[in-house]
Amino acid sequence: MKAHFLNRVTPYAFLAPAGVIMVIALLYPLGYMIYGSFRDWDPSQNISETEFVGIKNYITLFFDPAFHESLSVTLIFAGSVVIAEMAIGVGLALLLDRNLRGMSILRTLFILPMMIAPVVVGLMWRYMYHPTVGTFNRTLKSMGLQGVDWLGQNALLSVIIADIWQWTPFIFILALAALQSLPRSALEAARIDGATPWQQIWYIKLPLMMPVLVVTGLLRLIDAFKVLEVILVMTEGGPGLSTEIVALRISRTATEFRELGTAAAMSNYLLILLLILTLAMLAFTRIQEARTARLARQVQEES
Amino acid sequence: MPEIRLEKLVKRYGDVQVLHGIDLDMAENEFTVLVGPSGCGKSTTLRMVAGLESVTEGEIFIGGSPVSHLDPKDRGLAMVFQDYALYPHMDVARNISFALRLQKRPKEEIQAKVREVAEIVGLSEFLHRKPGALSGGQRQRVAMARALAKDSDIFLFDEPLSNLDAKLRGQMRAELAIMRQSVQKNMIYVTHDQIEAMTLADRIVVMHGGYIQQQGPPEELFKQPANKFVAGFLGSPPMNFMDVDLQEEGGIVVARGDGFGIAIPAEISNQIGKNSGKITLGIRPSDLNYDPNAAEDRALDLQVIVSEYIGAQSVLLCSCGSTNVTVELKSETPIALGETLRFAVRTEGIHLFDRATESAL
Repeated sequence: MKAHFLNRVTPYAFLAPAGVIMVIALLYPLGYMIYGSFRDWDPSQNISETEFVGIKNYITLFFDPAFHESLSVTLIFAGSVVIAEMAIGVGLALLLDRNLRGMSILRTLFILPMMIAPVVVGLMWRYMYHPTVGTFNRTLKSMGLQGVDWLGQNALLSVIIADIWQWTPFIFILALAALQSLPRSALEAARIDGATPWQQIWYIKLPLMMPVLVVTGLLRLIDAFKVLEVILVMTEGGPGLSTEIVALRISRTATEFRELGTAAAMSNYLLILLLILTLAMLAFTRIQEARTARLARQVQEES
Repeated sequence: MPEIRLEKLVKRYGDVQVLHGIDLDMAENEFTVLVGPSGCGKSTTLRMVAGLESVTEGEIFIGGSPVSHLDPKDRGLAMVFQDYALYPHMDVARNISFALRLQKRPKEEIQAKVREVAEIVGLSEFLHRKPGALSGGQRQRVAMARALAKDSDIFLFDEPLSNLDAKLRGQMRAELAIMRQSVQKNMIYVTHDQIEAMTLADRIVVMHGGYIQQQGPPEELFKQPANKFVAGFLGSPPMNFMDVDLQEEGGIVVARGDGFGIAIPAEISNQIGKNSGKITLGIRPSDLNYDPNAAEDRALDLQVIVSEYIGAQSVLLCSCGSTNVTVELKSETPIALGETLRFAVRTEGIHLFDRATESAL
């Protein structure tokens, strides 16, 4: 009886430390944030002194044009980086999925950007984008072309390019892994069936990679919605609100505008958005697994 | 339709040479089986014909024209793979019709063709299943149907039955033999299973170590193996080999080994010349008959070590001096382990091989 009890408790005992950290580091702040989002809260106040305002913060935000602007910047940013990164990353993977001399070195080089700290990436690109001494404009001018006002007129495009540079490798390595685990013989069968290289990609490789690509894309999308450091370092959200993504607006609302309640409500909006994406991703994998299991059961029942 | 000719085909991977000049002629509509142990180069040869492996040296001719520079799709062939190689994301009908759809054939024609071949392989009910929802045997049929639908002149099979369980394999082998009669095409079939080779082939090509050991009709290879390897590879249970010396005793040539001496018929001994020294004697189990009254110089005295009961027949593992000999015996014959029995050797069943070169004498 006692041994039985110990057996049942042991796993939970091992899980307990992680559970405690989760509660302190995740659930407590989360609860605090949700609680705070219903209050009119200045950073100088203790939370117990604040006034309960119901869902006023949420309603204010809902009609706030600056928040709309920030949300649409975030959507444009996340949408375009994910589409561009998927296209380039998968394209590169399809191109480099072969045994060439030095390919392993090339692959390592490709994933370097991902390993650099975001703040460093931001600084690096800020210097490269510099209107007069930056790499890009100096190169353009040496070729006799006009410089581009990277972080001014084209700020959003510029941060999008930097993000693509940093995160395409992520898609690339996952797509390459997916490609290399494809059944070789199915591809050989396609060659014999008369598929050109393009048709092999279109009819065989991409459909078979799709489950991995969907999950990868959703992961990237979730990440892109949370991006902060690179843009903070490069533009601080400017000029104007042109690159002020939601995460940046949240931090400014809390520090510059001193409206903790509104910032908390904004965080909750973002949280809901990310939750929907995460659930979509989980649902997708669950559906895939369920389908495979169902097919296997069907075969078993018949035999 | 077209005959296939391999001329001095060589394959090297870096410094490793896996095929050493394969010469092979396959006549129109012939069912050729490449057979041999793992690593003998049979699959490589097939994949070179298919165009999935490059040709290092030599040339492949289909219908008289060289093809080794052509893509697989331009060689006009269909292939069935060992692991079926189905497209997992397409249902059965779309798997079968993939090649036709790539050729942009009219829809009605494609549908008719799919129905036709599905009927032949017995898959009509499963057209809308994905491969994941099919059993191994059914997947094998889809692979077969996909190859049939292409209407190619040449069929390549790369160990198509080796992923199936024993019972299903026997059944599919019989179905293949039936299909073979109605489908008149050039077929090249790779297997390591000598029973598949014997039952299906018009011509067997036995390969070993990247060389062709012998080729010809199954019966010829079985009765007149060119060397010890072919003799040991074809036939089940395999041929028994014993080291002997040829000696002339009173006008008769006798193959004398450890504990026995077998008279060699004059027509054989005349052929090889007397006293040609160190020799390996090969006798198939089916050429040894239990006969207590046989003459001593036409028989082996065998001591039974193990008896494997397999139904009507038992396979006996016996010792003859220092060598082991396998024989077959009707199960009702009363024998005891350890007993010594006399088995008569059928004179047609005597095979002699040079011990050094292993080629038949």
